[in-house]
Amino acid sequence: MARILAPGTPAPDFTLSVTPDQKLSLRDLRGQPVVLAFYPADWSPVCGDQMALYNEILPEFQKYKAEVLGISVDGAWCHAAFARAQHLHFPLLSDFEPKGAVAKTYGAYREQDGFCERALFVIDEKGVIFWSYCSPVAVNPGADGILEALENLKEKRQSHGELEGSRRAS
Amino acid sequence: MANLKVPVGPADHTLGDEHAPVTVVEYGDYECPHCGRAHPVVEALRKHFGKQLKFVYRHFPLTQIHPMAEPAAEAAEFAGATGHFWEMHNEIFENQPSLSLPLLAELAQALGLPSEDLLSALESREFLPAIKEDFLGGVRSGVNGTPTFFINGYRYEGLNEFEDLVEAIDAELLSAKTQHRRAG
Repeated sequence: MARILAPGTPAPDFTLSVTPDQKLSLRDLRGQPVVLAFYPADWSPVCGDQMALYNEILPEFQKYKAEVLGISVDGAWCHAAFARAQHLHFPLLSDFEPKGAVAKTYGAYREQDGFCERALFVIDEKGVIFWSYCSPVAVNPGADGILEALENLKEKRQSHGELEGSRRAS
Repeated sequence: MANLKVPVGPADHTLGDEHAPVTVVEYGDYECPHCGRAHPVVEALRKHFGKQLKFVYRHFPLTQIHPMAEPAAEAAEFAGATGHFWEMHNEIFENQPSLSLPLLAELAQALGLPSEDLLSALESREFLPAIKEDFLGGVRSGVNGTPTFFINGYRYEGLNEFEDLVEAIDAELLSAKTQHRRAG
């Protein structure tokens, strides 16, 4: 398994296709938590489950104002067909050309297979990795880890805010 | 290792002996074909283990890929409000290939529940909060697809075949007995 970027590391920025004619940059999402979910491929049954699960949990992610991004080496047209078939309501990014370049910067590329690891990152409002997890490629990692990380991030922000507040008050 | 975060409680639908040494919790989706296949397996397990097994079913509908999963879960809860949860649960799984609103209405009618009451409960989404609560509890417990089984609170990672589940439950029974002996 590749060694993925650890918490505390600034999340490498990227600009990738999100539809055949639209691009999205990570830095555009500064100011809100981002859930970045690398997965091996559209259409393989396990991924379908994983993306379908995140799709169901979107309202929960939105409670934390978190943006969810799926990312694989599939092309934008493939993503479009997959998202339509699965009724996905969040963006799928194409790490297509050069293939896997973004995944490589996160340590989430499987050279031997030519596709992404099943690697999850929660990135904080300032663009720093807050939590990361790499699942065995055949295992759907679920969402409990992501939700726990978002909750911890929220708590950290709140206690930090209180600290700042009390400092200002004193 | 994922553990069950929401303990079995009075709000759950439960079958079997209250004091059974092993509790199996299933997170399921009424339109999921794997859950449909697991249904007779669960029935066989209940028969096999008798009083030693308590079974709990919780809802985990993947609504975007299974449009009938949520209405079916609501129909089961609707029947549950008058004590007919398990009859409806069984009927839904046994008729899974033809799952539809008219079928749910028909199943309700067959249980002596007015189908217009069911349709108005579906309309008002009366039972949706309970289903969402099951779902979110499942997510927090690491449920990543359906069916997911927890045996005495631990997520079962094996195949959903009768023999595999028997083996896992037997192991749990054995450890429950050892603990009991130690405690005694």
